[in-house]
Amino acid sequence: MRFLLVEDSDDLATAVASRLAMDGHGVDRAASLGEARDFLAAAPYDLILLDISLPDGDGRDFLAQERGARRDIPVIMMTASASVSDRVATLDQGADDFITKPFDFAELQARCRAVLRRRQGVVDSRQHFAGFIFDALAATLTVGDEVRELRARELRLLEILLSRPGQTYSKPHLIDRLFSFDEEVSDNAIEVYVGRLRRKLEGSGARLETLRGVGYRLIPE
Amino acid sequence: MRRGPPRAQPARLSLRRRLAWQFAALSALLVVALFFSVRFAAERASRASQDAVLGAAVISVGDGIRAQDMGLALDLPYATFSMLGAMGGERIFYSLSIGPRLVTGYQQLPQPSQRPGDLSPVFWSADYRGSRLRLAAITRRVLLENRIEEITVVLGQTRYGQAVIARDTARSAVWIGLAILALAGPLALWAARAVIRPVDRLAEAVTRRGPHDLRPFRHPAPRELLPLVGALNGLIARLRTALQLAETFIFEAAHRIRTPLSLVRTEAEMALAETSDPGTRQRLRRMIRAIGESSRSANQILDHAMVLYRSDQFDAAPVDFAALAGSVLRSVQPVAEMREITMHAEGLDLPRMVSGDGRMIEVALRNILDNALKYSPDEGEVWIRLEATEDRIARLSVCDRGRGLPPDQPDLTARFLRGSNAGDVVGSGLGLTIVAEVAAAHGGSFSLQPGSEKGACAILSLPLSQP
Repeated sequence: MRFLLVEDSDDLATAVASRLAMDGHGVDRAASLGEARDFLAAAPYDLILLDISLPDGDGRDFLAQERGARRDIPVIMMTASASVSDRVATLDQGADDFITKPFDFAELQARCRAVLRRRQGVVDSRQHFAGFIFDALAATLTVGDEVRELRARELRLLEILLSRPGQTYSKPHLIDRLFSFDEEVSDNAIEVYVGRLRRKLEGSGARLETLRGVGYRLIPE
Repeated sequence: MRRGPPRAQPARLSLRRRLAWQFAALSALLVVALFFSVRFAAERASRASQDAVLGAAVISVGDGIRAQDMGLALDLPYATFSMLGAMGGERIFYSLSIGPRLVTGYQQLPQPSQRPGDLSPVFWSADYRGSRLRLAAITRRVLLENRIEEITVVLGQTRYGQAVIARDTARSAVWIGLAILALAGPLALWAARAVIRPVDRLAEAVTRRGPHDLRPFRHPAPRELLPLVGALNGLIARLRTALQLAETFIFEAAHRIRTPLSLVRTEAEMALAETSDPGTRQRLRRMIRAIGESSRSANQILDHAMVLYRSDQFDAAPVDFAALAGSVLRSVQPVAEMREITMHAEGLDLPRMVSGDGRMIEVALRNILDNALKYSPDEGEVWIRLEATEDRIARLSVCDRGRGLPPDQPDLTARFLRGSNAGDVVGSGLGLTIVAEVAAAHGGSFSLQPGSEKGACAILSLPLSQP
């Protein structure tokens, strides 16, 4: 998916962009509202991550202008001043969601997915691999005629593995991306979800391979 | 130990007592003045009327003097004399003299110091034979033995009656004065109270205010109290400005701290993704946890400040509790999904109107749901149920299947207090305090109860608004 990240802190923008790139998303970075307008005029985006305080204006005014011009690319506002009035006002102004800095990356991703799912049809989230079709927004795996529902962590796991098929992901890496940092998780917790995903992938022409002591990878059979 | 606010030192005499005393003293002074003026006026009036009678009498005596061949003849007008004596047994003296020679009447009756006229008598007072007399004199010219002689008639009268009248008048004046004085006491008290009443009302209005109510006074006050009300409002305005500055400062500080903090967090996550050394990973995870904790605390401190700020000065408006709960539920849905927690909602499709501040209620709901999610295990379930009870209460219960409440459960809604079994879960302990304060501000209640099997239920009850 293609994101436009409007954030004036260069360091933060770099970090967020590389984190999003890890999930296989394309990210363009705009450091001001002016730059954001240029990017929007040049290319289509699936989602805008918009900071509130920017050097050349207020992100909320930008949002109001966009909505006024009937452009409704989904927008998630990011703010560092989480007063409730901010939250209520920005949602009223047409933002799809709202996240407070500093944010849990997994939460940002969950929010992005929720927003895109609500705006069904805006994005084609289907991905073909081996003998199945994976729809990240619908949370489904289609094998032949059979549609299999995926639970959140199965979906997340498949998404990570599919972002670079064939690459091996270590247990700790997958844990970092599947679990919240607020909870203590043992390395073995990941095995539960690998087992479940494996069952869902049965007969799909793809195999979730365990490389003992190294990690997991998704390969075509 | 809790102490009351410092009290102003009272002045020696209360304003009300001082006013009452002043009113009473003033009325006593007025009573004394009234007494003297009544007596003076009464004396003057009675003397004037008696002088008129005395004058008429001396003129009629003068008219009775005739010159005869034999000499002088005098017809004493007895009717006139009896009229003079009628006023309380007065004694009457007279003298008739030609020049300095007494012709008839009382010896050594005082003579006028100036020569009286023919028609207008002169009046004066003098002592004679141990009595105070009021005297009138008149002169007549008579042709006697071919000479014109000047005859002086003097008529004197005691004034016992007048003294009695004056005494009676003075006595009634004293009684009237005492009666007025007796009435003036309570009247003065009443008047003092009436004057003080607006001050009392103003004081009451100030006292009745909640600790966070900083609206200016629109209380109607008499013109004399307007400077006081103005000064009070000035103080409130300065206080409000100071509080707003503090609030702006808190939000600004939060903003300044959060931006670098989010960079730290994102960088730490990146570093975590790139390292495989277990020791470093452990440290990075702890770092990220600490950042999460601090940002959650910052949010709750801001929420708490907002709730405190608004709790006494919000304008209650109709709020659909069910719709608000639904929207907060949707906003935490992605967080629940991340951990595969299923949220079951019940009773959110019917509007439940309460009267209050939507933002505060939203903050309360968000804290309740955050709490339920936080303490739910992965793949757990949370039940949200809104119902209207018979006594017109909207009762929202949020139940989780988490670790539940500690057996020796203290009041978990106290500030910065966390359950003894909260252990490894990140939290500041302020969340439930916020909910309890919002409930209190809306005349509702908040409680934590053990769940039916395991876990805990948070119950927020708000009174439904009248249909």
